[in-house]
Amino acid sequence: MKVGIPRTLSYYTYYPMWKTFFEKLGVEVIISDPTSKQILDDGMREAVADACVPIKLYHGHVINLINKVDYIFIPRMVSVGREDTFCPKFLGLPDMITCSLENLPNLITTRIDLKKGKLELLKVFYSVGSIFTKNILQIIKAARASMISLKEYNKGFLEGGIPPLNLKRDDIKGDITLAVLGYPYMLYDPYLSLDLIKKLLSFGVSVVTPEMLSKSQKARQAPKLKKTLFWHYSNNVMRTVHHFFENGGIDGIIHVTAFSCGPDFIVDKLIELESRERNIPFLTITFDEHTGEEGLRTRLEAFVDMLRLRRTAI
Amino acid sequence: MKVTFPYMSNSHIAITNILEGLGNEVIPPPKPSKLTLSYGTKYAPEFACVPFKITLGTYIETLEMGADTIVSTGGVGPCRAGLYTTLQEKILRNIGYEFEMITFEPPSRYLKDIIRNFKKLVNKKVSLVEIIKLIWFAWEQLTLLDEVELESFKIRPCEVKRGETTRAYRKIVDIIAQAKNRDDLKEARKLADKIYSSVDRYEDVDPLKIALLGEIYVVMEPTANLEIEETLGELGAYVERTMFFTDYTINNAITDLFHLKGDRDAKKAAVPYFNEMCGGHGRESVGNTILYAEKGFDGVIQVAPFTCIPEIVAKSILPTVAEEYGIGFLSISIDEQTGKAGIQTRLEAFVDLLARKRKKKREEKIA
Ligand code: SF4
Ligand code: SF4
Repeated sequence: MKVGIPRTLSYYTYYPMWKTFFEKLGVEVIISDPTSKQILDDGMREAVADACVPIKLYHGHVINLINKVDYIFIPRMVSVGREDTFCPKFLGLPDMITCSLENLPNLITTRIDLKKGKLELLKVFYSVGSIFTKNILQIIKAARASMISLKEYNKGFLEGGIPPLNLKRDDIKGDITLAVLGYPYMLYDPYLSLDLIKKLLSFGVSVVTPEMLSKSQKARQAPKLKKTLFWHYSNNVMRTVHHFFENGGIDGIIHVTAFSCGPDFIVDKLIELESRERNIPFLTITFDEHTGEEGLRTRLEAFVDMLRLRRTAI
Repeated sequence: MKVTFPYMSNSHIAITNILEGLGNEVIPPPKPSKLTLSYGTKYAPEFACVPFKITLGTYIETLEMGADTIVSTGGVGPCRAGLYTTLQEKILRNIGYEFEMITFEPPSRYLKDIIRNFKKLVNKKVSLVEIIKLIWFAWEQLTLLDEVELESFKIRPCEVKRGETTRAYRKIVDIIAQAKNRDDLKEARKLADKIYSSVDRYEDVDPLKIALLGEIYVVMEPTANLEIEETLGELGAYVERTMFFTDYTINNAITDLFHLKGDRDAKKAAVPYFNEMCGGHGRESVGNTILYAEKGFDGVIQVAPFTCIPEIVAKSILPTVAEEYGIGFLSISIDEQTGKAGIQTRLEAFVDLLARKRKKKREEKIA
């Protein structure tokens, strides 16, 4: 039995957990290939025209898995806590996929909504696991192992590395530090982000991303916004900004966003206005399917040069 | 204190009355124009949805006219509208305006805030009874406005002289807007009947039936959707929409207060295709497409702001649904560059297509 996991969106936050879980149930896990032109083109062709690039890309990754697996895992990510939900496009994702793509294998579209508490997660594990085994004990064991994998993965971030890019703490250093903010599926997809993080590192710049702050560090910043944002990843980004406003330690901010992203028009403008108030250099990089490598390099270089100059001036 | 608020369709008439009745000086928002949108576009982020840009533009216009208090509504997501005012307030302050922003959140979560906010807007001695009367009257006024609008949809496709219904409708709206009490409203109702009955009509027309659905602001505000209803009516189609101001308010404020689920039928119908609440009206769009198909409508048109999240989800589902139910489907996405001429052409083509489809269906039936 083979289960496919599309390599984008919530993949970057949760895949070690699901991979372990399925494997412990004796199911083989196939991850779609790393993002490529082909995958992006497939997504562009099949997804609704107005969608943002990440959603189109998701369509491409699902197509990449067709004919390779018995099941594709497309959970309906609703929420992982009480205060917010995922972007509405995540909420409607299984419906979009079913209506837009043909020749799909079986889909596992379990609804993940942990608003009522962590116990809900058990139910999720059970409903996914019971597709493959009737043995409850095995499901519980697999669930436990999967949580441990996830913890390991997150630890990689907390220790100052970026596991999905294979970066360890020691790989990330430089004379200036940038907060690179955005959603995991933008930041950690080297194709989509045109290797933005590695480019910065090659300029001798150190980076911090929202995943590198602990949950409690972010939670502490919650009251800074009069009204909590509705979306999970967006709150992570906002709170990371507020963390650095409070504690310092960065020379500038780069906000990485997708062309026509719904939530980000609010997030981006809030960060822009607030960093201007505090006189912290701020740059928005908007990605779409046409963003060019050279243009990006030039903009990043100019920004970094400006920060270095600023530093010597002070 | 000079109070203003966002513009949406005819609601400004009733809102102005309430605010004035509570003793406020009101700066009613002007009807959104090119200028409004250009202000909004200038100061809003590029990817903001059109309703955000229009309301922001309106605030700038009214602040320039001397308003110092903005009253608006919030919301609970998961879509963006509930966060509009948070960002709009920051943007306006950044431009340099000074004002107070009063945001009414839905009652179930923030009842205390509502009461506190409401008190700020009571600026003369009024008894509770008077307040209730005031709101009651506003409600009746809005209901009547919705009624006469609905009637205009029915008359327009039958009109002999193009544009006559629209002129009649505008006249009637003016009369209702002037009403000061319930007797005036009764009088207005009678006048409306008289005015409408003087519109020359063809008998025996069986117009194409088209439903308008999508995101609430662009569906309801004719300047935002570039008068789609009027255009369609003048192309000889009967247009229906599910959203009217009075039932929107009921669905959102009252059902929220009692934890009821509004628009249940549409949501239920949508379930096989669209199984999640995504904010906005995306799911209703899907459900209503099914309901209208079952009612024998010829087509549905989805209007949505460019980048509108729930409607993008709906849009990827709607073609499948429309095909399965054999109803025509057109999606129009609206941003500040959308021009009336472009829409007109697309609507004409759509109406043609539906007419041909209908003819074919009928021929098949006879054969
Ligand atoms: S958050 Fe933005 S980029 Fe992510 S799915 Fe939603 S609209 Fe797309
Ligand atoms: S429903 Fe659409 S138009 Fe309304 S706030 Fe959400 S994205 Fe904007």
